[in-house]
Amino acid sequence: MLDFSYTRARSAEEARAAAGEPAARLLAGGTTLLDLAKCGVERPDTVIDISHLDGLSDILVDGTGASIGALAKMSAVADRADIRHAFPAVSQSLSLAASQQLRNMATIGGNLLQRTRCPYFRDPATFPDCNKRNPGSGCAALGGVTRNQAILGTSDHCIATYHGDLAVALVAFDATVRTDRREVPIDAFFLTPDDRPEQETVLDKGEMITGLTIPATVAARQSTYLKVRDRQSYEFAAASAAIGLDLEADGVTIRDLRVALGGVATKPWRARTVEAALIGKPVRPEIIAEASRLAVEGAVSHGGNHYKIELAPRVVARAILTVAAHLNPDLNPALGETA
Amino acid sequence: MTRTIRLSLDINERRYEIDVEPRVTLLDALRDHAGLSGTKKGCDQGQCGACTCHIDGQRVLSCLTLAAQAEGRKITTIEGIAAANGDLHPVQLAFIEHDAFQCGYCTPGQIMSAVACIREGRTGSDEEIREYMSGNLCRCGAYNSIVAAVREAAEMADA
Ligand SMILES: Cc1cc2nc3c(=O)[nH]c(=O)nc-3n(C[C@H](O)[C@H](O)[C@H](O)COP(=O)(O)OP(=O)(O)OC[C@H]3O[C@@H](n4cnc5c(N)ncnc54)[C@H](O)[C@@H]3O)c2cc1C
Ligand code: SF4
Ligand code: FES
Ligand code: FES
Repeated sequence: MLDFSYTRARSAEEARAAAGEPAARLLAGGTTLLDLAKCGVERPDTVIDISHLDGLSDILVDGTGASIGALAKMSAVADRADIRHAFPAVSQSLSLAASQQLRNMATIGGNLLQRTRCPYFRDPATFPDCNKRNPGSGCAALGGVTRNQAILGTSDHCIATYHGDLAVALVAFDATVRTDRREVPIDAFFLTPDDRPEQETVLDKGEMITGLTIPATVAARQSTYLKVRDRQSYEFAAASAAIGLDLEADGVTIRDLRVALGGVATKPWRARTVEAALIGKPVRPEIIAEASRLAVEGAVSHGGNHYKIELAPRVVARAILTVAAHLNPDLNPALGETA
Repeated sequence: MTRTIRLSLDINERRYEIDVEPRVTLLDALRDHAGLSGTKKGCDQGQCGACTCHIDGQRVLSCLTLAAQAEGRKITTIEGIAAANGDLHPVQLAFIEHDAFQCGYCTPGQIMSAVACIREGRTGSDEEIREYMSGNLCRCGAYNSIVAAVREAAEMADA
């Protein structure tokens, strides 16, 4: 890790002013920044520690929704009873991520901005070619090992997966990212790589995330986050789904549905076509399974990641059926027949 | 020219004045500057948990924490959990009782994690213990004994 200077910001204004410098980086939990500095991917000349700032870690939940400060820790948000009650998928996406030690360090703002785990991106010494790290240099992952690369939202320039869990739940429930300058709907906050993989979000240099707003909805309250991975804990998703569901009074017909995918796309991926195909339809395993396949419409396989095209729709279907069975236990036997 | 900064760290209720480069992690500061080598370096990348210590009572990874970030916080390491008279912490005793290690390299991290895990109330079942101890890897595979030790220490803390 190259050396840098360390400044502890005394106010948000001071942090923002310092962060405008090209090689300056904000340090929140440090679990992405220091990790990547050790890999030689991040080479800051100044690190501005914002983790001691007051007033940016509040968590407020009321009837209209949740407001979460950018410096709130992942563990603090995951463990809040009111978040677990009003936004179970959000709470689960956090408690199924990383480890308790990392969740005690990592902040909500830093979590959104975590970088891809693409092994080529993380190893500049061995793989100089990476358009995300070094625009125009090529992409070492194309033709390489692709087991954990994305199938959705990729381009000829980059196929790296966005591995964060929280953002998947946030995209499903239309959260808003608040910065010191504006409010951005979360879906518009993240960018697909296209021909500029180095630009991952709409944040400008020096712009600071101040918090998140998540509107309260019935679907968000009746939700789950299902994460399927190579080992049961402390692992990124092979495929994951955040699902929110509301049923009509008959307990069978779908009134509202939210579907977002993780571990398979270059950004947290909202699957609106699955939602549109199922709203107004009855909860039946074969109908859910068929509609869930729309989640991978347009998917591109790169060989090693081909399995995700099969896996992702199954994860979506299983998550929908899980919430449905929870809402209407009478559905259970019917679901069991084919599920 | 290497710039160093002077830090005053509160470790195990003792004050340590150290001069380090700003990039030095809390892990390296503990081991190489404060002479506290009980905290171990496994991966140095946040992936194994060997470097677990407590900051303000919360378990964290010292390899992904800058020493400078920890100034002004209360740091506790494996050297700081036994009683002042030398009596081992109940979790340490449980690890010995259950043979919850082979080579012992992951053990300080496991114990620091377990102490916090019990305090957090995450020991309701073996499944919960496994989930909340998953950030501590053991290459020797002593997991069954580790879970047994954590379970027993948690039961003793409840009693
Ligand atoms: C071993 C390991 C396993 C992991 N597993 C998972 C997992 O399963 N699921 C998952 O979702 N994540 C996982 N993570 C990623 C982890 O969640 C992120 O590293 C963490 O959330 C980042 O938050 P931080 O506060 O530590 O960010 P930092 O490292 O402090 O910051 C990250 C980036 O965001 C910038 N930044 C931080 N705060 C702000 C702000 N307020 N405004 C503007 N810019 C800001 C920083 O400058 C930096 O560029 C894992 C990480 C590790 C090391
Ligand atoms: S997939 Fe993206 S991040 Fe990975 S090597 Fe290619 S350009 Fe870099
Ligand atoms: S040495 Fe810190 S997690 Fe491995
Ligand atoms: S006892 Fe050897 S690594 Fe755990």
